[in-house]
Amino acid sequence: MNAAYEPNAYEPWSADRGTEIIESLSHVEGGVIVILHAMQEAFGYVPEAAIPMIALARNLSRAEVHGVFTFYHDFRHEPAGKHVLKICRAEACQAAGGDALAARAEAKLGVKFGNTTADQRVTLEPIYCLGLCATAPSAMLDGRLVGRLDEKRIDALVAEAQR
Amino acid sequence: MLDDNDRIFRNLYGLDDWGLAGARRRGGWDGTKAIIDKGRDWIVNEMKASGLRGRGGAGFPTGMKWSFMPKDNADGRPSYLVVNADESEPGTCKDREIMRHDPHTLVEGCLIAGCAMGAHVGYIYVRGEFIREREHLQAAIDQAYEANLIGKNNIHGFPFDLYVAHGAGAYICGEETALLESLEGKKGQPRLKPPFPANVGLYGCPTTVNNVESIAVAPDILRRGAAWFASIGRPNNVGTKLYGISGHVNTPCVVEDAMSIPFRELIEKHGGGIRGGWDNLLAIIPGGASCPLIPAADCEELIMDFDGTRAVKSSFGTAGVIVMDKSTDVVAAIARISYFFKHESCGQCTPCREGTGWMWRVLSRMVEGRAHKREIDMLLEVTKQVEGHTICALGDAAAWPVQGLIRAFRPEIERRIEEFSRKATLDDQGILDPAHLVAAE
Repeated sequence: MNAAYEPNAYEPWSADRGTEIIESLSHVEGGVIVILHAMQEAFGYVPEAAIPMIALARNLSRAEVHGVFTFYHDFRHEPAGKHVLKICRAEACQAAGGDALAARAEAKLGVKFGNTTADQRVTLEPIYCLGLCATAPSAMLDGRLVGRLDEKRIDALVAEAQR
Repeated sequence: MLDDNDRIFRNLYGLDDWGLAGARRRGGWDGTKAIIDKGRDWIVNEMKASGLRGRGGAGFPTGMKWSFMPKDNADGRPSYLVVNADESEPGTCKDREIMRHDPHTLVEGCLIAGCAMGAHVGYIYVRGEFIREREHLQAAIDQAYEANLIGKNNIHGFPFDLYVAHGAGAYICGEETALLESLEGKKGQPRLKPPFPANVGLYGCPTTVNNVESIAVAPDILRRGAAWFASIGRPNNVGTKLYGISGHVNTPCVVEDAMSIPFRELIEKHGGGIRGGWDNLLAIIPGGASCPLIPAADCEELIMDFDGTRAVKSSFGTAGVIVMDKSTDVVAAIARISYFFKHESCGQCTPCREGTGWMWRVLSRMVEGRAHKREIDMLLEVTKQVEGHTICALGDAAAWPVQGLIRAFRPEIERRIEEFSRKATLDDQGILDPAHLVAAE
């Protein structure tokens, strides 16, 4: 979720690095979410193996950490594609023609919402309101917001994601 | 129409510098020390006198909320200020403009609000999707620290620390107690009230949770006086308000205008009119997805404030208006809103967890007309069972749009059912079980 998102800028998972992240945030009270964010920023996802490590460090049960991890939509349990394209599927965007654009993006990429293309390049995700209702329909490619989408712009966005 | 001199957010569109220098030029951080020196009682009384009602949707008087905080922290528990910047309601896009283009109004508001409730620490909970907003807000806070406007030994003489926390994509974290849970690093599941956050809030300490806009307008109200703020709008619905206009209007925008502005004036002055003319209006959702829709017939005389929208059985919410013209499939639109609430239900209370999914499934059949007419009443009955029987208001929020749809567009649903069943064959088992009803096309 880093704004300065560089494709493939993530490091591979290692338990040592995981421990390092957990320890560097040990001063943050109630910091499970902060740790999960840091993990995702470092590795691109939150590896399964990290859950018991966080639980141990925070004196919580594994179930509690797993619960927090699965509660929030932003945390991934497996690496996403190189680029993540989130298209707003909420009401204001739908009113401005978001439905057709979403279908167009699905068709162009050949994947349904919530999936990653076979070549691991693009993950397509729905999002419910980016808070850009006044410039609907809107989407977010990695950390960058794009408003006032039309067919041309969604095509360009999809092409950019596929690159 | 609001006079330019009466605007509180003077950089709403980001045309000027959002930083400290720009904020100062626009009158921010002016005389803050004098306000703080007048003491917390004066601030709370002035806020009460201003008649400001919370801008997050419920419309609870802000001054009164602040007055609930304990006067002394004799038991040793600190007080906390929490600002709710988890603006996730579809159709609402006002707080993001404040954080992106005028973040110092919020930082200054936090200091003053903190002083009014004796809170030396404030948290701003920004939703995970807001990335630039978080950066601007953090930069504004850093600037304020650097200029010694906030911090341990600041020039205002009220020690105050401000932190930005960010969420991870859960709509429910905009509910105040869920937000506190999330700040503590837990699942964002709302808490039972009472005890209210003013007694037992963040980490078990007295806490007040306010919307971004409620906090950001406070410095200007106190600088210009409660009477000024109370003179705008009509009694009980005073002040200025950020409206977000989206959907089928010619120029969607976020705009600051007076409360109690007639809806038609708002749309024609700021939204450039309805696409295809006023007569093309079908319905509006006045304040974010959870408000019942208002059909066009009621929009003619609609006054945009808390009481005006209540008079037509809807609610003001956050004033994020979604306009729908006659090209809209209104049943599908509400079915989508139902899906949203099903998606975002935290799963704690059974009526909401099961009810939101149930309402969505029935509604998605009604979009095609694959239903029985008696199911409309059944659906209405279920929404009444969900409403008011859950810990937080998400259950209500999921029920209201469906109730609004049935109230305003029942003939449309019936028409679809009739059309669908006219095509059905007699030996179709779906005549008994509408979920399996198949139209012979």
